[in-house]
Amino acid sequence: MVIDRALGATETNKLFHALADATRRDIVSTVMVQEHSVSALARRYPMSFAAVHKHVTVLEVAGLITKTRSGRESLVRADIARVRDARSALDALEQLWQERVARMDQILTEDH
Amino acid sequence: MPIVRVDKDIDAHMFTVVSNYGAPVERVWQLYADPRQLERFWGPPSWPATVVGHDLRPGGRVTYFMTGPDGEKSAGYWDVLEVDAPHRFVVNDGFANDDGTPNNDMPTIRMEFQFADDGDGGTLMTAISTFTSADAMIELIEMGMEEGMREAMGQIDSLLAIPM
Repeated sequence: MVIDRALGATETNKLFHALADATRRDIVSTVMVQEHSVSALARRYPMSFAAVHKHVTVLEVAGLITKTRSGRESLVRADIARVRDARSALDALEQLWQERVARMDQILTEDH
Repeated sequence: MPIVRVDKDIDAHMFTVVSNYGAPVERVWQLYADPRQLERFWGPPSWPATVVGHDLRPGGRVTYFMTGPDGEKSAGYWDVLEVDAPHRFVVNDGFANDDGTPNNDMPTIRMEFQFADDGDGGTLMTAISTFTSADAMIELIEMGMEEGMREAMGQIDSLLAIPM
């Protein structure tokens, strides 16, 4: 998987903490292949639903999986090709604003 | 290069950009106060904005839509919270349904714009975007990215379709 070298210390720690557990690694590989509800995931492991839910939360905080609600279920999926990371989202927002600011500047300078 | 500073605060899910322009505050303010100017720069060339309604007063609303390369439309609105012309305004930016009504299932972005004299005849603009949560921030930005990516993929597809 691609680890963004620009990740700060906190984000990197969250990532490594998330991957340090075998169950969590298994969850990530499972949902990389296909989306699963949290209940479906919980059936795979010999632990309580609450324990699995906690693992999913750690993964979500680290940005390795995303959870979306579908009716009463929470669906879990991973997309390692585009690692979901607050930092890269903000980088994308910076790019958007760089271009917007340049367009503003262009309008202002063409007035003269 | 107009950008002076960018501040990304993941914990506060806030993004700040400070930019500098060689025009007075009143002129830069007009870029936002005039709907015909706003729509010229708000969206990228691939997804230009069209401003439909524009009432930049507290309690007022700005409505707009973006048009994609295949003609698809994505509508949005600004609920105007505070205005102190020409120095500052604050809005909640949200997604709208196709009929222009706010889509209340989607999180909004609080945007604050400040326009200050840079002491040199120009303007320093500070734009602060605050998301409701880190999740909302990632989701909303990625929605924008996905459209850009879809467009890029479409361009790749058309390149691949060219007979060799």
